[in-house]
Amino acid sequence: MIHSYSFDGVNVLLDVCSGAVHVCDDLCADMAAIYTDFPRGEVVFRTAQKHPEVPENELEELYDALTGLKDAGQLFTPDTFEPIAGELKDRTAGVVKALCLHVAHTCNLTCAYCFAGQGRYHGRDAVMSFETGKRALDFLIENSGTRRNLEVDFFGGEPLMVFDTVKHLVSYARSREKETGKNFRFTLTTNGMLIDDEVIDFVNRECSNVVLSLDGRKEIHDRYRVDRSGRGSWDIVVPKFQKLVAARGGKNYYIRGTFTHHNPDFLKDVQVMLDLGFDSLSMEPVVCAPDDPCALTDEDMPVVLEQYEALARLMKRRAAEGRPFTFYHYMIDLRGGPCVYKRVSGCGSGTEYMAVTPSGDLYPCHQFVGEPGFRLGSVFGGVENTAVRDKFASCNVYAREKCRSCWARLYCSGGCAANAYHATGSVLGVYDYGCELFKKRMECAIALAASEQ
Amino acid sequence: MEHIRTVSTRDLCESAKNGGCGECQTSCQSACKTSCGIANQQCENKDDTDAE
Repeated sequence: MIHSYSFDGVNVLLDVCSGAVHVCDDLCADMAAIYTDFPRGEVVFRTAQKHPEVPENELEELYDALTGLKDAGQLFTPDTFEPIAGELKDRTAGVVKALCLHVAHTCNLTCAYCFAGQGRYHGRDAVMSFETGKRALDFLIENSGTRRNLEVDFFGGEPLMVFDTVKHLVSYARSREKETGKNFRFTLTTNGMLIDDEVIDFVNRECSNVVLSLDGRKEIHDRYRVDRSGRGSWDIVVPKFQKLVAARGGKNYYIRGTFTHHNPDFLKDVQVMLDLGFDSLSMEPVVCAPDDPCALTDEDMPVVLEQYEALARLMKRRAAEGRPFTFYHYMIDLRGGPCVYKRVSGCGSGTEYMAVTPSGDLYPCHQFVGEPGFRLGSVFGGVENTAVRDKFASCNVYAREKCRSCWARLYCSGGCAANAYHATGSVLGVYDYGCELFKKRMECAIALAASEQ
Repeated sequence: MEHIRTVSTRDLCESAKNGGCGECQTSCQSACKTSCGIANQQCENKDDTDAE
């Protein structure tokens, strides 16, 4: 299977299963499009009809070139991966390597679009005790098998509302690294309201990544990201983010924005982020119920798709000017990305990755927290709901019929189970709207990466 | 006349031969938290990346 598309006059030919990427002219794209449909003579004849100016011997040579690539496993490669789709999960069954620690189900902002229901996940305000957090870290160590790198994300709500607990948990985890042979990688996701010098020192020392929530333009950000009295937070958080990033010393961070029905023209928000001096960005489509006023609509779709293309052009232009920036979804490494086992095995939620609530309950991921029927167990008693765990274990690229024929299946790994569940009522469903956005992002990312070589 | 140019990529079929080590990052752990993508992740098994 190939996927052929054009971006800014450059034809990209992606061989889906080998991952090979080719850049070609219109003639080649036209011949490749029918190569597997007809015998040689017919392919050459039909291509000649479309390109009468091209000599026949040149068409024959091009056919040979495509055949050479096919024989080298770089074009029209068949999909032989289904038998190994569950292999990685089977081999690592029971191994947990990442936890999203919900240290605070409470927040000092009340963002109306928050998928977490203003941080409370549709429950009551709650914070995680040190003892529960410590038990969660022990649970991770105990269940991580031979896996060395363990990921822990301090999440909420707003995790800095319990900064002391976060500090003590990091200290505890570090104290166990040598004895257990583990390496903890911490991420903190914050709205920035409580960032001060101590937080900056801590985060920049201990966290391999930090995610800073900023929606871009002040009026866009302040529309949703307000405190309990309704005041916007842009003026407060921007200088704090700038100070933190300036002191970060090159370590990973993301300025992470959400775009909604009110700003499908999110490139303007990206531009504001750049103007503020940030160069590592992520902009995500809002996750909410379809009848929510902030939900992206069908009318928004073409705007958003155009914005993704314009974003790719902006990245290319800025890189040429020596002012590069990164966009999370365009960070594709064609030469060093994940192996095919990873690509076909699904996202890992509910198996290698789980979310932990303030009381220690386990859920398949942060987006399932509070969903009835999805509680897996607790860090105290382990995974008890094996039916739910097994359901998530069965999520892979080949578990969804629509994904089998999608060219992007080895880039999304079958998509987000939470988005699928919320859109279709099943974790094995397909969130079509998200797929369209994802495919556009991948087209842009691959075209950008190809143009860099 | 060159009609097609091949970009250097990791051969996914080749990567199927050695099994996955599972050391890579969990899919949406780091930045997005609301959509799944694995293309932007790095292989942690440097010995196994076979691209030239």
